[in-house]
Amino acid sequence: MENKIVVKGVNNSFKKNQVLKGVNLTVKSGSIYALLGANGSGKSTLLKIITGLHAMDSGEVFINDLEITHNPRRIRQTFSLNSQTTTTDEILTGFENLQLIAKLRHLPNTDEVADKLLAQFDLTEARDRRVATYSGGMQRRLDIAMSLVGEPEILFLDEPTTGLDPKSRNDLWAAILDLKQRGKTIFLTTQYLEEADQLADQIGFLQNGHIVATGTPAEMKQLGGHSRLQLIFPTTDAIESAQKILLDFNMSVGTDGSLLIDLTDGVTTSLKALTLLSNHDIPISSFQVLAPTLDDTFMQLIKEA
Amino acid sequence: MNYIKDTLALSGRLIKHNLRSLDTIITVVAMPVMILLAMVYLFGGAIQIDGLQHDEYVQYVLPGILLITIATGSAYTALRINLDKTGGMFDRFRSMPISKSAVLSGHVLASIVFMLTSTTIVLVVGFLIGFRTSASPLEWLYIILLVVGFAIMVTWLSVPFALAASSVDGASAFSYLVLALLFVSSAFAPTNKMPAALEAFAKHQPMTNIIATIRNLFASNSVGADGWLSIVWLIGITLVSWWVGVKIYNRV
Ligand SMILES: Nc1ncnc2c1ncn2[C@@H]1O[C@H](COP(=O)(O)OP(=O)(O)OP(=O)(O)O)[C@@H](O)[C@H]1O
Ligand SMILES: [Mg+2]
Repeated sequence: MENKIVVKGVNNSFKKNQVLKGVNLTVKSGSIYALLGANGSGKSTLLKIITGLHAMDSGEVFINDLEITHNPRRIRQTFSLNSQTTTTDEILTGFENLQLIAKLRHLPNTDEVADKLLAQFDLTEARDRRVATYSGGMQRRLDIAMSLVGEPEILFLDEPTTGLDPKSRNDLWAAILDLKQRGKTIFLTTQYLEEADQLADQIGFLQNGHIVATGTPAEMKQLGGHSRLQLIFPTTDAIESAQKILLDFNMSVGTDGSLLIDLTDGVTTSLKALTLLSNHDIPISSFQVLAPTLDDTFMQLIKEA
Repeated sequence: MNYIKDTLALSGRLIKHNLRSLDTIITVVAMPVMILLAMVYLFGGAIQIDGLQHDEYVQYVLPGILLITIATGSAYTALRINLDKTGGMFDRFRSMPISKSAVLSGHVLASIVFMLTSTTIVLVVGFLIGFRTSASPLEWLYIILLVVGFAIMVTWLSVPFALAASSVDGASAFSYLVLALLFVSSAFAPTNKMPAALEAFAKHQPMTNIIATIRNLFASNSVGADGWLSIVWLIGITLVSWWVGVKIYNRV
């Protein structure tokens, strides 16, 4: 089957606060889907609905073509949810936490699975210590390791890298990509746009209860606007003269005093600008083309709301 | 089959909790022992029980102390259920392919095991300070059934409170209710020595029936109406709290 997860017209309100107003999305089998959205836009709520922890007001969710409310137990076999809040057992050791989950997933080799995951998440040294003595990031790593026990086909990760240091984050990204390599489907939410950019095959942007934009990272960046040419000048005189000469261009001044020119016409625009400056003998220290980023798109979409 | 395996795995986790938190063990075992010692050595001499010598007060008070041990333990049952609810552990388990009720059963089973262990310790202390019984094996069996039944009842009684409470403090507060019922019963002194209004209540509440039955069984006396009244109370309260507890559980 091509579509692993299909969400159709999901509505959900908390009292008078309607958080989801007909959310539609599909996640392809073996792909990584990243759900973006501002704080409080309803990302976690949507994950809880898809995984059956929270009942929706109306709408349908299919996992592997099965409607989730019809056969919840069988569907839960296929996925694992890592929620936004760390849920490890502080009184047990790291090893015992993993062992417990492995037992509950009815794996034959619980101890082996636990040790392998401890090693993968750099926790072997802390194996037999109570989780209460772990640092926040260590707890988060254990929490994610617990969600990987048994390697279910689908993984839901709610802000998995929040609170991780750069190395742990890179390790987790590698682990996620590795799972994808092995055919798993991954649905994650994140506040780090770089993360969505690095990992996702498809990005969805949730706002005002709808998915307002969706596409590949490249497509999403296009929504943020054009590439820009950044020009850096050696003197303030040079900046001032350049501003006069380039009046016809769509231009702004960066916080560092550089000039940013919107490349409405791509390369042609930059050639025109550079030629003009050189014709007037205005010195330039350096220049570069800035591609649009997901940050731009994010800000743009939020502004439009 | 999986339901049983899951319940055992989940209760194993909670038994570790109980074993590893010193305050739990101290509170649940030491407090009843302190009350027992205080009653027997400090106040026991001042309480006149018909047909008992002063130094035999331990015979009278021990059954009530056993139930106090169980009631004290229920505060921790409620606490652990509430922590799992508020801390998100319930959500983790419930997003896994295990039977939903195994999560609650794990708590119930661990609670009963813990209560019976601490009751056994308190009973041993009772024997050490002079408690004696003439109960036959059959009477012992009856006593064990009542104690286990009481542990089951108090555990299920704690479930709705633990699930409904929004904080840990609220969750364990209910155990004071059970303790209060035990104090206003025939646990420490016969009800006919109480003020009239209190006596009427104390005489007819379940704790008095259950304590009297256990006391008579230990002494190899006939249990009379208290025997079947105890069983009716135990089963009735258990069923009601089980029904309410499961209903709330399915909503949280
Ligand atoms: N149990 C609840 N009761 C009432 N309101 C809730 C509940 N859970 C979430 N909400 C509300 O629903 C909205 C969406 O919350 P949600 O946690 O899904 O957002 P989010 O996109 O995950 O945010 P964040 O990026 O901060 O994690 C918020 O306005 C929140 O206050
Ligand atoms: Mg969230």
